[in-house]
Amino acid sequence: MIARVLLGVGLVFLYLPLLVVMGYSFNASRLVTVWTGFSTQWYGELFADRQILRAAGISFIVAVISASLATVLGTAAGYALARFGPFRGRSIFAGSLAVPLVMPEVITGLALLLLFVAAQSAMPWLPGRGIGTLIVAHASLTTAYVAVIVQARVSGMARDFEDAAADLGARPATVFVHITLPLIAPALVAGWLLAFVLSLDDLVIASFVSGPQSTTLPMVVFSSVRLGVSPKINALATILIALTFLMLAASAALARKRSK
Amino acid sequence: MNVQAKTSLFAVWLWIGLVLLLPFAIVLKISFATAQLSVPPYGPPLTGANYAALVGDGLYVRAYLGSLRIALVSTALTLLLGYPMAYAIARAPVRWRQILLLLVVLPFWTSFLVRIYAWIGLLRPTGLINLVLESLGVIAEPLRLLNTDGAVYLGIVYAYLPFMVLPLYARLEKLDPALLEAAADLGARPWSTFLKITLPLSRPGVIAGCLLVFIPTVGEFVIPELLGGPDTLMIGKVLWTEFFTNRNWPMSAAVAVILLAVLVLPIMWFQAAQKEEARA
Amino acid sequence: MSTVIRVDGIAKSYGEVRAVDHVSLEVGANECLALLGPSGCGKTTLLRLMAGLETPDAGTIAIDGADMTRTPPYGRPVNMMFQSYALFPHMTVADNVAFGLKQDRLAPSEVEARTKEALAAVELEALGARKPHQLSGGQRQRVALARCIAKRPKALLLDEPMAALDKHLRERTQLELLALRRRLGISFVVVTHDQDEAMTMADRIAVMDKGRILQIDTPRALYERPATQGVARFFGDINLWPSGLVVRPERIALSRASGDMEGVVIDIIYRGTATTYLVQTAELVVRVLRQNTGGDDDAQKGDKVFLSWPADAARMLSA
Repeated sequence: MIARVLLGVGLVFLYLPLLVVMGYSFNASRLVTVWTGFSTQWYGELFADRQILRAAGISFIVAVISASLATVLGTAAGYALARFGPFRGRSIFAGSLAVPLVMPEVITGLALLLLFVAAQSAMPWLPGRGIGTLIVAHASLTTAYVAVIVQARVSGMARDFEDAAADLGARPATVFVHITLPLIAPALVAGWLLAFVLSLDDLVIASFVSGPQSTTLPMVVFSSVRLGVSPKINALATILIALTFLMLAASAALARKRSK
Repeated sequence: MNVQAKTSLFAVWLWIGLVLLLPFAIVLKISFATAQLSVPPYGPPLTGANYAALVGDGLYVRAYLGSLRIALVSTALTLLLGYPMAYAIARAPVRWRQILLLLVVLPFWTSFLVRIYAWIGLLRPTGLINLVLESLGVIAEPLRLLNTDGAVYLGIVYAYLPFMVLPLYARLEKLDPALLEAAADLGARPWSTFLKITLPLSRPGVIAGCLLVFIPTVGEFVIPELLGGPDTLMIGKVLWTEFFTNRNWPMSAAVAVILLAVLVLPIMWFQAAQKEEARA
Repeated sequence: MSTVIRVDGIAKSYGEVRAVDHVSLEVGANECLALLGPSGCGKTTLLRLMAGLETPDAGTIAIDGADMTRTPPYGRPVNMMFQSYALFPHMTVADNVAFGLKQDRLAPSEVEARTKEALAAVELEALGARKPHQLSGGQRQRVALARCIAKRPKALLLDEPMAALDKHLRERTQLELLALRRRLGISFVVVTHDQDEAMTMADRIAVMDKGRILQIDTPRALYERPATQGVARFFGDINLWPSGLVVRPERIALSRASGDMEGVVIDIIYRGTATTYLVQTAELVVRVLRQNTGGDDDAQKGDKVFLSWPADAARMLSA
């Protein structure tokens, strides 16, 4: 009984702040807290802000590419962990994959930046800090998440399907494309979405590895929020929340359709 | 193992070596370098001065201790709220469980920054909480809620709650209800059933959840920066300041190395727990 | 009888465990061979070695006269029916059956014709468009069967084919499988832990334990002339004297007048078609099984009785 009450309290605690932000984004007053009437003017100002739009574009590109890269690498890693049995160095392999999941972001960010600086001084022809380093940094972080999701899915899947396909005459590549991939597709979608959201959301690592021309959306939001609450950021936050929920609803609907 | 398997394994190994192991080696190396005005802003000679400063300057020591204290307190608070939530979900009717779990996890998918930002709007002197309390006549003056350690605890509990609930739920859901019935049948009252059966059996979930919250929280930067006050001393903030404000890269690398050293034990504990979980 | 599969000195270990320990056997053309044994005896590993799903540590496997020891599963003219059936959940029944044919790069019209033919052989023509999860357990088993026979293999390898079926479906399915095998004229290798199933289906049975074959023979020979106590015990009840003498309960006659061995009835268990008498003799409690044909002079608990058996019913067996 106490547990149920606390569950309710916890859920209110989780959602109330988001709802308040969304509500105030439609507030006519600049004073943010005092409700003076319904208005969409902050959305208008948001879409006129070139700096925010540019940052949003960069964040989106980085998120799409790094999530796709992470999905390829994470699938390979997760599949290897689940299927290749006790190969040499397996525990180091699994361990190094799990590290980014818990590592404080300031350490990851600093380490990757120093790596990029060292790489550039060794190979001066490499492009400087910018979208490229952002993509590599985000992919290296989110590969671990994809690997964990894919590993769980592959381990939970009986090996019989792949064995049966081989027995029926399919070569390893055919087995992987026609049997394994379709069966783990939900994990790939979930992994990609998670990698995409994590990349889109990252402030700390991006602050370290981005260049002057590649400011991401969270970096713009952060510098604005440091100065205080602004109605424009309320509008942006509302759009981000709405987009997330739409995306999740779409993927849930897709998953439901597939299972039918 | 066939050729494809070997190739994909090799690719992943290469990736891990390049972006996970090599960077930490570089961090270690640069933590012994000397800061200077150049691009990049460090160079020889190699020195242990950064570490001497870390130990000698009380500020750094207090920041490490402050981080550990804040991480410990907020992990405990997250457990106190997360455990009953996970328990209630695991005991809910089957058709409700997935929905409730989804409700807990959903906010995690929305922007972390937005979620922390939302609390600023609630906590600041002219924020909703103060406004409501004032209009109810509970308080005359706005309370100082934002920029306090309390706000940091709140932010951490809020942001990391799903990481606590998920592993706990995974454990509690697997718990066979027959065990609880057997305990009751043997004369145990609800509370002692909980303490003697449910809690011990959910121990791995408690450990995983607490470590998942504790480890990243020790190095947290965004939450203390946005919700904490000037006297909220956390090591993530120190590292950030050394790097971005003072442009002292070797010093921030040394801070990172010591932070990592502090976290090595919890991280190894977490990995051992994961391995045990995978075997079960 | 020509040989379809010849296994010679095959061995496979997992770490310290010898799953299959230098086993040799032959499967004849149009023969049904059962691999029988308790779980963990290596029978499924042996089947997977034949299919090419495991690589042996030693020994050779020849199929249809060609050495296939190192041939991958997709190069072997045998097909396996998995215990779980392993029907691809993302494909329709017809696509499942056609999958193997497409791997052989047959013409689309040929694929379609043979898919239809295979589904017809298991009487599932009407369900080709369904997904596996829309079928009953029995139907799934038949799809798995159709998927194998569509490839027209030299031999069909069946891993516990009845394990996922209800008890009442099993007997019928066993007979259907036998009829199908006669029609198709292909060899079967059936892995099972159920001696009734093995005796019903198999021409010969290989009894396995701890990675080795204890005995391989016809069902009748295994029952009447077991090579070891273990094999004897695996096929029904035995009375075992400390000397190693083995007599089956139904071969012992019980008389109140005379016999070779004296004893006292200590318990009587009525079982419908038969009755078991527990008789305390000098060395052990002997079980005697008597058919309930009526009119017998029934012994009572506590009666002194005499036991006797024909010479061919007694065998001296090693452990």
